[in-house]
Amino acid sequence: MIWNEHFESMDRDELCKIQGERLKEMVDRIYYNVPFYRKKLQEIGMEPGDIKGIDDLKHLPFTTKQDLRDNYPFGLFAVPLSEIVRVHASSGTTGRPTVVGYTRRDINLWSEVMARTLYAAGASKEDIVQIAYGYGLFTGGLGVHYGTEKVGATVIPISGGNTKKQIQLVKDFKSTVLACTPSYALYLAEAIADEGISPKDLDLRVGIFGAEPWTENMRKEIEDRLSIKAIDIYGLSEVIGPGVSSECEQQNGLHVFEDHFMPEIINPETLEVLPEGETGELVFTTLTKEALPLLRYRTRDLTELNYKKCDCGRTSVRMQKCLGRSDDMLIIRGVNVFPSQVESILLEMSETQPHYLLIVDRVNNLDVLEVWVEVDSQFFSDEIRKLESLTAQIRGNLESTLGISVKVKLVEPKTIERSMGKSKRVIDKRRL
Amino acid sequence: MIIKQLSIFLENKSGRLTEVTEILGENNINISALSIADTAEYGILRLIVNHPDKAVEALKKKGFSVNLTQVIGLIIPHEPGSLTKALKILSGANISIEYMYAYAFDSKATVVIRTEEPERAIQALQEHKMELLKTSEVYEI
Repeated sequence: MIWNEHFESMDRDELCKIQGERLKEMVDRIYYNVPFYRKKLQEIGMEPGDIKGIDDLKHLPFTTKQDLRDNYPFGLFAVPLSEIVRVHASSGTTGRPTVVGYTRRDINLWSEVMARTLYAAGASKEDIVQIAYGYGLFTGGLGVHYGTEKVGATVIPISGGNTKKQIQLVKDFKSTVLACTPSYALYLAEAIADEGISPKDLDLRVGIFGAEPWTENMRKEIEDRLSIKAIDIYGLSEVIGPGVSSECEQQNGLHVFEDHFMPEIINPETLEVLPEGETGELVFTTLTKEALPLLRYRTRDLTELNYKKCDCGRTSVRMQKCLGRSDDMLIIRGVNVFPSQVESILLEMSETQPHYLLIVDRVNNLDVLEVWVEVDSQFFSDEIRKLESLTAQIRGNLESTLGISVKVKLVEPKTIERSMGKSKRVIDKRRL
Repeated sequence: MIIKQLSIFLENKSGRLTEVTEILGENNINISALSIADTAEYGILRLIVNHPDKAVEALKKKGFSVNLTQVIGLIIPHEPGSLTKALKILSGANISIEYMYAYAFDSKATVVIRTEEPERAIQALQEHKMELLKTSEVYEI
């Protein structure tokens, strides 16, 4: 089923026309309301009237995560704070998360694109949707929540974790749709098996999984073990949250809701726009968002686009499952982690040196992050008590900034390999 | 009276202790006392040697995290009740002990004590005529 047949199955020429009109209005709004963008546009001698259609997008400047940080917290908002009804944030470098805002219309838009996602996944108002994405500053929980209500399905807002309760509710409430990260789905599948419950006895039939990269092998494993259809969904808080694109039941690429989020693929080095079918960095322009309109936002995700009509009837462009990143960001349990965050935390603590190594692994289907920190003669105490309290302090600082649990291990100096004067910072043991 | 003890951070990996003793042997450094505090992932090796500064230099050169810690050496008779007597002096002076290790041989026992306040500990013990290990008995000058 298609939630918004008009926009999701639109003729390409007609869609381009609408995208062009929306881009024109969007550039108008940011030129007059966001000093950051006015300056950027003036620098290239561009004025709002210069935009004639969507083809002019390629002449416009890019926006990066750093721009959001530099304008922390609300500097890129295009409306007064009185119009903002919600903010979300993701962890950033020490003390500076990436902040995003929504007007009431943006929340409606978000509900709309999430309703499209649920329909694409094969869910409807008859379903009982167990939302095991985290609720809070993270966009996952509330994003899926609003879309589910819009569709008219029943929401179980259980949030992340608490596996025993998750299983009890799946059983007792007869949940039909599970929304969480793919790694948590596998973890849950294992816990369900451990309790001696057969997936055949449960009512689950669809999973909408996102917020972290996962492979076709993982999909097969989840589908077999939970006896469901596993749908990949994609989003990032800067663009809106979940609901930027979603697979349909064909499971052959993610339909981008491009009447709102205009995708491009660029070469991350030359910044040139690449043609259909070529792999590069995914870039989004938010055509209709009011609170935080972003021009050519560089996602750093690597993928390719496919404009062929899908067997499901949608004409919207499809992006392939993301293949990797064009930067060093790690996604651990759905949370974005940059090695530089760890470095700045260690630098801020006077007792530590910034010689560290991140080891990411998947144990029992859950991502675990271990941080190795070298013990330097300068801060090494010969009392276990003090070393343990140092370890706890490092762990506390890391956890409060990164927002995920971390294991800290003290290691001897020079344990961490230095290559070309620079250390290798990350060992990712997850097989993705 | 204050003795410089070597404290070395060691990961729990086989062969690390041997490496330390080898480096000390090559540099002609003699060990007179040794203790290891261990946790699940690492240990702290504590050593009393005849040339502490030279030992630190040699170990640092080989990449070890090593520090000098001030300790005192107390000599007590090898007989029941003598340790209690010494400890009572310290607790009476409100001095807390971080850790200690000891060995008895013949009629005497040597106790290595680590406290945050070594000077006050020495003073309190001397007031009670307790025998303390002299640096000249430990180091070779």
